[in-house]
Amino acid sequence: MSQTEGVSAESKSREAARRMPAPDANAIIEMIDVHKWFGQFHVLRDINLSVNQKERIVICGPSGSGKSTLIRCINRLEEHQRGQIIVDGVELTNDIKKIETIRREVGMVFQHFNLFPHLTVLENLTLGPIWVKKTPKAEAEETAMNYLERVKIPEQADKYPGQLSGGQQQRVAIARSLCMNPKVMLFDEPTSALDPEMIKEVLDVMIELAETGMTMLVVTHEMGFARTVADRVIFMDGGEIIEQNEPEEFFHNPQSERTKMFLSQILKH
Amino acid sequence: MSVPNSGEKTELPPPKTQVGVIGWLRANLFNGWFNTLLTLIAGYILISTVPPLIDWLFLDAVWGMVDPEVCKQAEGACWTFIREKYRLILFGTYPFNEQWRPLVGVLLLLTVVGFSCNRRFWHPWLGAVWLATLLIYLMLLGGGVLGLTPVRTELWGGLPLTLLLAVVGIVVAFPLSILLALGRRSNMPIVKSICIGYIELVRGVPLITLLFMASFMLPLFMPTGVSIDALLRAQVAIIIFVSSYLAEVIRGGLQALPKGQYEGAESLGLTYWQTQRKIILPQALKISIPPIVNTYLGMFKDTSLVAIVSLTDLLLATRQAFADPEWRSFFVEGYVFIAIIYWCFCFFMSKYSQHLERVLDTGHKR
Ligand SMILES: Nc1ncnc2c1ncn2[C@@H]1O[C@H](COP(=O)(O)OP(=O)(O)OP(=O)(O)O)[C@@H](O)[C@H]1O
Ligand SMILES: [Mg+2]
Repeated sequence: MSQTEGVSAESKSREAARRMPAPDANAIIEMIDVHKWFGQFHVLRDINLSVNQKERIVICGPSGSGKSTLIRCINRLEEHQRGQIIVDGVELTNDIKKIETIRREVGMVFQHFNLFPHLTVLENLTLGPIWVKKTPKAEAEETAMNYLERVKIPEQADKYPGQLSGGQQQRVAIARSLCMNPKVMLFDEPTSALDPEMIKEVLDVMIELAETGMTMLVVTHEMGFARTVADRVIFMDGGEIIEQNEPEEFFHNPQSERTKMFLSQILKH
Repeated sequence: MSVPNSGEKTELPPPKTQVGVIGWLRANLFNGWFNTLLTLIAGYILISTVPPLIDWLFLDAVWGMVDPEVCKQAEGACWTFIREKYRLILFGTYPFNEQWRPLVGVLLLLTVVGFSCNRRFWHPWLGAVWLATLLIYLMLLGGGVLGLTPVRTELWGGLPLTLLLAVVGIVVAFPLSILLALGRRSNMPIVKSICIGYIELVRGVPLITLLFMASFMLPLFMPTGVSIDALLRAQVAIIIFVSSYLAEVIRGGLQALPKGQYEGAESLGLTYWQTQRKIILPQALKISIPPIVNTYLGMFKDTSLVAIVSLTDLLLATRQAFADPEWRSFFVEGYVFIAIIYWCFCFFMSKYSQHLERVLDTGHKR
């Protein structure tokens, strides 16, 4: 972690050229005119979003604005009713095989970790590779240990999730997703359920991950993280994407009134 | 990570919760007038029941092989009756000279049950072992192979019959009820309605009705010439009955799991069956252990209802034992004897379930 500053600055400039690319050319996620309803409630309205490979996107917005719903549509934990979502060239439909294909490529980290409490940390990590990717057990365990080292808790491999702290559990959850070798990582408020002193250890892991060139969509209120890591910040309200921009512009020169209000509330302290 | 040690630590002993026997009595039995009253009442009840019971069971009981007339004079129990009739009680109407066969069968079955209780043996091949065991059990009792004289199932009886009905009931109803529980929660309307229909229909009628229907009505629908074994019919009725109860118990366990467990599994790309098998069922079944065992205990004792379709289970065999005019008055001894047998099996199941809960506990509270 000692080189964070240098590497992120360098990678930032590297990314600069890629920041506003020609649409579609490099896109790994494509959402076109997506709408979603919960019963009568119109929760996502006309979402158009294209995410490029290696792009890091932070999504923010007030509670209930549909941020979780948006990223959960990407791996079909929620179903959209109108429009198209294309992930790595595969369009999401009711076809369960396609859904499973996409879920293999897209990792997800949840606010409440959703680790499997009856399995050890190592078993949590190897479950996907062994059963979904049919990786031999020994190989899966080796990969798992590598990722546990990367999230800095190899010594917890044989414990059960219930015996770990929240920050450790979230790092296990990140490692669990990475073991599937995904092309995209989705994070839904990964630090919101954590005590303040644990937030940093999780953010550090996410920053390192960003430096490896992972495509990331992160719903978070951690604006510091957005500033250092994001290529693009998206502001949602009322189920719509209100505004999106690179972090500098987004924070210093917000366009819409709603964004300004949101930022003033969140950056107050 | 390590915190610098701040000098000497003084080890304090844990607080004394009991100071001697008197202190314990004071704190637990005589704290307050109400508890003192309860203690006195309980003490009175114990003193007035336990010693006479011990007298009847042991001290005044007749243990030797004596004439029933002598037994009748005795103050206590007449265990002579059991010594005289234990083979009839334990094996029912099974041919006397062949009774070693059910004995071997029961011992084999109990051995396999014992092994299956150990988690180390929970492998897919255990299923094959069970299948083989049941086949050997049926072959031993039924005969007709390896020079064993054939014995019709109507003659099977006593403990081997009760155990067969209970063990097969437990083993077969379990996967069936899991499927029913999953089906009831399924999104597929047809599967869902079939499962709901099955569960609600079967739960709504008494087991006796099912046994009657299986025994007397089913043959009416069968083409002439085709007849299904009476024992098999009773067994199927028991399985159907238990599985409907068990399905609801397991569904309760499934409901208790947070949605996040499904989402965690789905986001890894696990299929529906993988998710159920690896993530959902292990947890749901674990939290359902107490009610599952409850259901099984009930079923174990309900097997005695098969007497109604003339199968000589442990209970009916006992009643036949004191149908003998000479021993007619010793039915209490007979009932006490089989009550002890039933209790041993039930107590074992109960203890085992508590053991399972402990070893499966992974220290999480959700
Ligand atoms: N399963 C559901 N059924 C009905 N309504 C839902 C469901 N899930 C979410 N909603 C509603 O949809 C809206 C958007 O929810 P969503 O969880 O996407 O918001 P969010 O932006 O993630 O908010 P938060 O910051 O509180 O997590 C909310 O008003 C919520 O009440
Ligand atoms: Mg949310």
